[in-house]
Amino acid sequence: MTNCLLRRVLQSLVVVFGVTVITFTLLHLLPGNPVRAILGGKTTAQAVRQLTLEYGFNRPLPIQYFIWLGNPLHGNLGFSFKLNESVAALLIQRIPKTLFLTGSALTLAVVLAIPAGMWQALRRNKPDDYVGTGLIFIFYSMPTFWLGLLLIVVFSEGLSWFPFEAPQDQGGLFSQLNAMVLPIATLTLVTLALFTRFMRSAMREQRIQDYVRTARAKGVAKLSILLRHILRNALLPLITLVGLSIPGVLSGSLVTETVFNYPGMGLLFFQAAVSNDFPVLLGVTLIVALATVAGNLLADVMYAVVDPRIRYVS
Amino acid sequence: MEGVTPAGLDRVGDIGAFPTDGSPPPEGGEVVASGSAGRLVLRAFLENRLAIVGLSLILFMLLFSFVGPLIYRTEQVFNDPGLANHAPSAAHLLGTNPVGYDVLGRLMLGGQTSLEIGLAAAFIAVTLGVIWGAAAGLAGGAVDAVMMRTVDALLAIPFLFLLIVLGAIFTTSILELIVVIGLVAWLVPARLVRGETLGLRVREYVQAVTVMGGGRRRILFRHIIPNSVGVIVVNATFQVADAILYVATLSYLGLGVPPPATNWGHQLSNGLSYIFDGYWWLIYPAGIAIVVTVVAFNFVGDALRDALEVRLQQR
Repeated sequence: MTNCLLRRVLQSLVVVFGVTVITFTLLHLLPGNPVRAILGGKTTAQAVRQLTLEYGFNRPLPIQYFIWLGNPLHGNLGFSFKLNESVAALLIQRIPKTLFLTGSALTLAVVLAIPAGMWQALRRNKPDDYVGTGLIFIFYSMPTFWLGLLLIVVFSEGLSWFPFEAPQDQGGLFSQLNAMVLPIATLTLVTLALFTRFMRSAMREQRIQDYVRTARAKGVAKLSILLRHILRNALLPLITLVGLSIPGVLSGSLVTETVFNYPGMGLLFFQAAVSNDFPVLLGVTLIVALATVAGNLLADVMYAVVDPRIRYVS
Repeated sequence: MEGVTPAGLDRVGDIGAFPTDGSPPPEGGEVVASGSAGRLVLRAFLENRLAIVGLSLILFMLLFSFVGPLIYRTEQVFNDPGLANHAPSAAHLLGTNPVGYDVLGRLMLGGQTSLEIGLAAAFIAVTLGVIWGAAAGLAGGAVDAVMMRTVDALLAIPFLFLLIVLGAIFTTSILELIVVIGLVAWLVPARLVRGETLGLRVREYVQAVTVMGGGRRRILFRHIIPNSVGVIVVNATFQVADAILYVATLSYLGLGVPPPATNWGHQLSNGLSYIFDGYWWLIYPAGIAIVVTVVAFNFVGDALRDALEVRLQQR
């Protein structure tokens, strides 16, 4: 177990190393050179020279990489010249907001998907399975920004139940929960399909296993088989899926934050892309990638803890 | 628990174990479908009504976008500002947009771009993924480890974030957009195909090729890829759906295809600026076109996956 865990952690570290190399490569893909990208078009030769020396852009590439790598390791993710603030400080303000949005939506999606997927598995290829599948696919296939705006039109323009904008910077994270309803609903609806479809097929897979036949043969009640045998086994791989869904949820959060003007990491990233604020772009990319790797690792560890069979398999 | 196949074959976990010569012995009065594996998949696929719906919708959208302009002729080059934002009428079935183009004609034009980008990006992604994944799986050892850790590292960056960075770096034309989406989306098929390869390369018939002196390339193109075709096709359909959505999202974020080119996402996000003005014809046609097309591709992919599972599970 410990051995396997250790290997998994090492693997994640290798992936993190890969992520930093990719981010560094992106930095060098920037048009012109990174100094120009940071300073913009109107600048003096003196400023260019100064920044080149400061960032070490005149050194060989591998050395530049290690110099650059040293920065995030010391908590320095760069400086946004556009917002005149360090990227780390910006992220500290923005990350809790994104965590709140994605965390709530992810939890809601999983909680709703379990009964929905069960129902669909039991009613496979019946009219209500078709209707349910159809509806879930429509939410999944809708551009997130359109879904968000439709919710705004119906629930804030039409019914005036919720405000059309997410809470802004003033006040705490939970100060205006009313304004968070629509953003969370948007992100939940687009994420729902992933988990529902998975539950549907996992339930089907478990239903035809031998242990189900055994349970039936010894006369266990149908409901009991469903809840205590099939469901429990179908739920296990859901842990892995939650880990794997993190990048998708973060992408969805980016669009949702943009639609509702919610000042999270996604909106920061989008605004940085529009204004060519490359230090912010790369800083957020790095953090988001680290979150994904950490999420996957955590899911794997959880899975091994919950399901003792895993220890012997790997 | 009715309808559950009594496990007549105790372990049908792999494709190769499926008997192609005839039907396996039916048990307990169960009628087991017979025929080739391919035909079984086709039958299971056609039994799924959502799959038929999906296929018909895709066909309709292709005809609408590519044949439609030949029947419903509209002016899509020179605009007439005097015609801005007219409601649907006999002359303009879906009204006109803010610069005076006919919306229905615009929709057909946008459909061409959306479908072209979707199909081409999916093609690039799947081709790249298949080659990368199969090569890694076949090579094994350190090469495999390096290749797959690269995939893992790229997968760690959420697609949309990577797309936006690349979109911000490259000025987008349709071709660049296709390449950028393809270059971001190849990771998942690479992983899937590598998994398939690892399972296939230890099979007797693959080993037999090696024994008979066949090279790796022969194994790759004659055995590994044809045998993973199911997984590849299922993934490709999802890729098309995803690519169309990516294009729409990028258009909304202002990083999509620059004018004069247009696509459904571009039309939808432009229309959404008039969401409170009551110009519904600027929003719903384009939005519905996206949803219908993406749903259709997802239905087909889902049904194909179900059908392949049927082949695996014999039910």
